[in-house]
Amino acid sequence: MTRFAAKSTKVTSDVDKLGETYALGHADRIAYAYKAAKGLTEGVVRELSSQKNEPKWMLGYRLQALVRYLSMGMPLWGGNIGEIKFDDIHYYLKPAVKSARSWEDVPKEIKQTFEKIGVPQAEKKMLAGVTGQFDSEKIYGSLKAALAQKGVVFLSMDEGLREYPEIVKQYFGTIVPMGDNKLAALNSAVWSGGSFVYVPPGVEVGLPLQAYFRINSQNAGQFERTLIVAEAGSKVHYVEGCSAPAYSSGSLHSAVVEIIIKPGAQVQYTTVQNWYRNVYNLVTKRARVEEEGQMRWIDGNLGSKLTMKYPSCFLVGRKARGETLSIAMAGAGQHQDAGAKMIHLAPETTSQIISKSISKAGGRASYRGLVQINKGAHHSRSKVVCDALILDEHSRSDTYPTNRILENQVILEHEATVSKIGEEQLFYLMSRGLEEHAAEAMIVNGFLEPVMKQIPLEYAVEMNRLVELEMEGSVG
Amino acid sequence: MSSLRLANLTVSVAGRTVLSDVSFSIKPGEIVALMGPNGSGKSSLANTIMGHPAYQVVKGKASLGRKNLLSLSPDARAQAGMFLAFQYPVGITGVNVRQMLLAALRARGLKFTALGLKQKVEREARALGIKPELLTRDLNEGFSGGEKKKMEILQLRLLEPQVAILDDSGLDIDALKTVAANAKDAAKRQKMAVLVITHYQRLLNYLKPDRVLVLKDGKLVDQGGMELVKRLEQHGYKIYD
Repeated sequence: MTRFAAKSTKVTSDVDKLGETYALGHADRIAYAYKAAKGLTEGVVRELSSQKNEPKWMLGYRLQALVRYLSMGMPLWGGNIGEIKFDDIHYYLKPAVKSARSWEDVPKEIKQTFEKIGVPQAEKKMLAGVTGQFDSEKIYGSLKAALAQKGVVFLSMDEGLREYPEIVKQYFGTIVPMGDNKLAALNSAVWSGGSFVYVPPGVEVGLPLQAYFRINSQNAGQFERTLIVAEAGSKVHYVEGCSAPAYSSGSLHSAVVEIIIKPGAQVQYTTVQNWYRNVYNLVTKRARVEEEGQMRWIDGNLGSKLTMKYPSCFLVGRKARGETLSIAMAGAGQHQDAGAKMIHLAPETTSQIISKSISKAGGRASYRGLVQINKGAHHSRSKVVCDALILDEHSRSDTYPTNRILENQVILEHEATVSKIGEEQLFYLMSRGLEEHAAEAMIVNGFLEPVMKQIPLEYAVEMNRLVELEMEGSVG
Repeated sequence: MSSLRLANLTVSVAGRTVLSDVSFSIKPGEIVALMGPNGSGKSSLANTIMGHPAYQVVKGKASLGRKNLLSLSPDARAQAGMFLAFQYPVGITGVNVRQMLLAALRARGLKFTALGLKQKVEREARALGIKPELLTRDLNEGFSGGEKKKMEILQLRLLEPQVAILDDSGLDIDALKTVAANAKDAAKRQKMAVLVITHYQRLLNYLKPDRVLVLKDGKLVDQGGMELVKRLEQHGYKIYD
């Protein structure tokens, strides 16, 4: 119910009709060259691996992970994942087109999809390289010549495995082992696509590397796998933006991201996740940070039905630093269970977690975080700030912070605030002539502003726009 | 320019009557002062006219020209030409006065560029003696009482309403003079109807209102000219007991 004068609002609860109001809700017709039967068996994994012409060790890895997956239990915490019908998922889809390097080579149908999500425009302006993930295979990728000359590698994970098998073999599964959790095991068994980034020692990639991920086919599971290796003294910013078209039944996205940061290297990983409202987004993201290295996760979660994601940093070298800026927005029927983990394993390591969550129209936003400072990680510092904004009485916000401090000489700060959107603030802005939803959007964007300042301008603009779209769709 | 008319306005908040049978009108270019002790219902009247959802109109009418204000949401009232300078303006984190004004002006269908507005806001701020750094800070957050009042007047000057309600201008002499000077100027030059709410006689010495209304226990108990202000100064509101 709107609190101010009556207005007509349209509420669509039928998921089939949601696509009409969802800006990116369009399922394009694409021919698939190979579509695995529903459900997961050893045969599916073998078929997938042979389709990709993978080395034997990767098939072995996948089969071993499948055994782990089948023997592990589902997480019993977080959101409700009991409704996922794992047997109804296609575990591998391969579109009937080859990867293309130039825009001209990209088929028209696929081009249209990219145009709808603005990939070429973004590239024209300032992006160093663009790869778009279309279902399970990368269709389109480009990398500026200058980067290639510096030895920077930016490929799909499948290409990475083909072209740089020794680097992949050295690091794959070392940061997120296959047995880490049931969904990581599932990804390890059936991963497809994702990005492989390698930055040689001392090389700074000045502009962000960007990948857009999309799930296109109904019931297509997406299990991309990303590996980023930043050699000593290097610097890179990787951007992952997600948008999925409309579906009529639940879809699963379960990615694994592994980042290796060598001494003095700096990596920033920015995600703007806007999956459609029936997607389960269950992701394991982790970085290992060596001496004086820096990792920064910027994690924006606006879409999906349920997100469970806690980007982590293992601070293994002296003076390593980890940061997570987490933004979550939960609307009707959504549960954002997001946060961060910071594990201090070396002296003088520092970490910071800033979480801003918004819940509205019956949505639920949970912050779940861990700060662990192990014995020996003396003179470490960590700061956690969690701010939650609740827009109406139907919505919910929870905070689940865990601190495990096993060393004495450390500093840990924790601040948390929960505020309800003030009727007085709304009234004030409306008395100046702003409509209720515009006033709400202004208050919400103001609440997010300290975090937006930290995000590169064009992504901040995109986030602002998405927040405004969310607010317009708000039932108040 | 239109007149503000209130007829037999009776208002309750959470079941408690805060205004009873209040009737008066203000013509374009007229300055009317509404006085009364603390808790007499002055701010309730301002909030009701602007459409605060907590104030339930039990009976009566409020109109601007031919428009029935009571059927409009606060934003529609603002767009119809109403403005309320708040007694205690709330802080809005992450939003500065320029962002707010740009949205407010564009909501009225006016074409303003961010740069054009910036220049105009800076000009007005100079005229009002507002420190430039306040223009880029979070609105009303950590502002002094006087700074908040001046910021409300800045908004008044940019939004150019037909009726301005200035709710209690506080004790800051500098801000008080600014409020009075602007109210007089707006009434005279723009034919704005101005309702000034205060319980400090001092403001009225600067303002010289055309009429003075006295509100007590939610009822209008007296009206007159400046002589009424002098009488209240000498004897206080107890003369209405």
